[in-house]
Amino acid sequence: MLETSDVLVLARLQFAFTISAHIIFPAISIGLANYLAVLEGLWLRTGKAVYRELFFFWSKIFAVGFGMGVVSGVVMSYEFGANWAGFARFAGSVNGPLLTYEVLTAFFLEAGFLGIMLFGWKRVGARLHFLATVLVALGTLFSAFWILASNSWMQTPQGFQIVDGRVVPLDWLKIVFNPSFPFRLVHMSLAAFLVAATIVAGCAAWHLLNGRSGAGITKSFSMAVGMILVAAPIQMIAGDAHGLNTLEHQPAKIAAIEGLWRREKGGTSLNLVGWPDMQAERTKYAWSVPHLGSLILTHSWNGEIPGLKEFAPGDRPDSTIVFWSFRVMVGMGLLMFLLGALGLALRLRNKLYDTRWFLRFALAMGPSGLIALLAGWITTEVGRQPWVVYGVLRTADAVSPVSAQQVGTSLLMFVIVYFLVFGTGVYYMLKLMAKGPEAGEQVADLPGDVGKGLARFDRRPMSRATDPIDE
Amino acid sequence: MTIDLPTLWAGIIGLAVFLYLLLDGFDLGIGLLFPFFDREGEREVMLNTVAPVWDGNETWLVFGGACLYGVFPVAYSTLLPAVYLPVIGMLCGLVFRGVAFEIRAKARRTQNLWDLAFILGSGTATFCQGLILGTLLQGIRVVDGRFAGDPFGWVSPFPVFCGLGLLVTYATLGCGWLVMKTDGELQRRLGLLLKPASVVLLVIIGIISLWTVLGQPAVAQRWFAGHNFIYFAPVPLLVLACVIGIFRSADSGHEARAFLLMEAIIFLGYSGLLISIFPNIVPPNLSIWAAAAPRSAQIFVLVGVVIILPIILSYTALSYWVFRGKVRHGEGYH
Repeated sequence: MLETSDVLVLARLQFAFTISAHIIFPAISIGLANYLAVLEGLWLRTGKAVYRELFFFWSKIFAVGFGMGVVSGVVMSYEFGANWAGFARFAGSVNGPLLTYEVLTAFFLEAGFLGIMLFGWKRVGARLHFLATVLVALGTLFSAFWILASNSWMQTPQGFQIVDGRVVPLDWLKIVFNPSFPFRLVHMSLAAFLVAATIVAGCAAWHLLNGRSGAGITKSFSMAVGMILVAAPIQMIAGDAHGLNTLEHQPAKIAAIEGLWRREKGGTSLNLVGWPDMQAERTKYAWSVPHLGSLILTHSWNGEIPGLKEFAPGDRPDSTIVFWSFRVMVGMGLLMFLLGALGLALRLRNKLYDTRWFLRFALAMGPSGLIALLAGWITTEVGRQPWVVYGVLRTADAVSPVSAQQVGTSLLMFVIVYFLVFGTGVYYMLKLMAKGPEAGEQVADLPGDVGKGLARFDRRPMSRATDPIDE
Repeated sequence: MTIDLPTLWAGIIGLAVFLYLLLDGFDLGIGLLFPFFDREGEREVMLNTVAPVWDGNETWLVFGGACLYGVFPVAYSTLLPAVYLPVIGMLCGLVFRGVAFEIRAKARRTQNLWDLAFILGSGTATFCQGLILGTLLQGIRVVDGRFAGDPFGWVSPFPVFCGLGLLVTYATLGCGWLVMKTDGELQRRLGLLLKPASVVLLVIIGIISLWTVLGQPAVAQRWFAGHNFIYFAPVPLLVLACVIGIFRSADSGHEARAFLLMEAIIFLGYSGLLISIFPNIVPPNLSIWAAAAPRSAQIFVLVGVVIILPIILSYTALSYWVFRGKVRHGEGYH
């Protein structure tokens, strides 16, 4: 017979799996929606056809990603009740309303502006269309706003009182604008921009490597590599500020990320690599640099940081996981920085589009934005453990009174369904990318406004792309 | 009875669930009818009748679920564990169906596979929704605000019957919708189903009503205590009248009227359900007041809903208006 702890592990695995599969799509949607707004703005300003060509091309991929995000997002909110009844009962009065606002925001967006953006070219003027695109881009960020407010409240809760074992919201401004929220919002938005930039750069690099070098391909490569050059360093600064905030509010998370077991007097070293062992309470095979930990985390030569041993064994997050997930994220960030810098050097020598090793590097870096994003989320979520609401409700007390068999069955169902369904979605997006932008595509070639009786101002996002999936 | 905040919220969520049944019912029903219609172009026409509205229909499930979570977290956290696997099954079914709907239009060689996914997804989602309704109606044991019943309470004759009943209900709705939206040979063949399907629907509603009244003293009490039955009697009588109306509409070719009468039956059945359980949100003993979130949370969400709900409602109405009329083969909509 399986035990309650198995339910906990399976429920966490299930949430990790479904939310990881989900977050890929909103991240792509946020990044691409903003890229599309930039493209359309440039087209309006310069009148150059290449911007509109790119707009048409990337709006197809955006639309499929958006559709996938909507479908995969529904599952999450029901999981809160099904798997995490203890959490829903305890904190539903904060978490639920914030999710409801996200749903309302998304509906509002879908109800009008998305339809105009994807299918309204023949119906509205260029300026109004641009306005719709900008509002969709803002709308995706606004959706993220609510989700991140909810998640940040779970990390750094405030503005509430506990009455009869349940959270009573007192001050919604404090709840939404909790201490870690601004940092998380900036960090996540930049991450979504980098997701889009690395994908666009990877796609263009693939076409360039295959000998296609139309104006759309070189322009998008130039824009994406330029974006990475600017955004990667800004993201590092934002990440650094986020880290200082975490040290202030969740010191155990920082200690686990650094594999730091005891407070180091007179300056904290930084473990570059190593293997934190939770049982042995030390970081094995550590390769560390003196004072670097102080420099990064306290911005001083001798700053001290509490070690994991200062927290009771039952209150420590799993250092083995977050130590490495954090390093994967930072590693990806450094590689992105390198990509941007090399891109600048090659651009200055007019060799950006025909240096094959650089194109291969950019292609390999295509998924790096997504990898960094997932690694970052694993770090912050696993780092919050063993709490679901930090310092207030333990994850073990949040699970539903359901059996491990049920949770295991549902996990298996999700794995099968997700691989089939979202695997197909990703395949289709890659197929669209492989086709590349089409020079000379006109408004008249777009889907929309067919048939008199059926004419309508809006259609479903996924019908924006009409290319066959299996030919 | 005064209208307090939880009552108002029960009304809003009740409306969302009702709209969901009303709107997604017929479009899930199309998936259930799919296996029986596969002549040249028929499936395309069937899908095209709902293509512009199907995802809008599903938003009511998301909206209702989100509001239930935010405003009645105790109901949410007791109901969902009680119907754990049916909820997961419903979600998987809807995911499958939704993506199959979209991908099918882009598929050539693999179209049959996506058709199968569409059929199975629609069937699973519908059957699971029936299981959930049946489990709710037969009552869920709640102790101290936590689910304390049998996690497999839905594996019993009543919920399973409700699951089968909902399959018939949605298929009937789908049939009514398609008769209204199509013409020619497809419409003629669908029209043949109209009368028998309505009769089966009537029988199912009758069985479920008797089953709840006989099986649950509290429900019997609600319907028959004092003069109650005089107030509630119009509900079953109107159901009967609707079925007669459907027969007459089918004979006289009033297709829209036949469909609207079917939707009226759904409204009446739903009213019957509410009469049986109100003011409980999770019968037999969790009331809307005991399940409600603190006042500050209810008000916070209400502000957003008061602004957005009218917009969604008018947008929905507008979509159906713009999309009125028959759909014919060859009028592509993908």
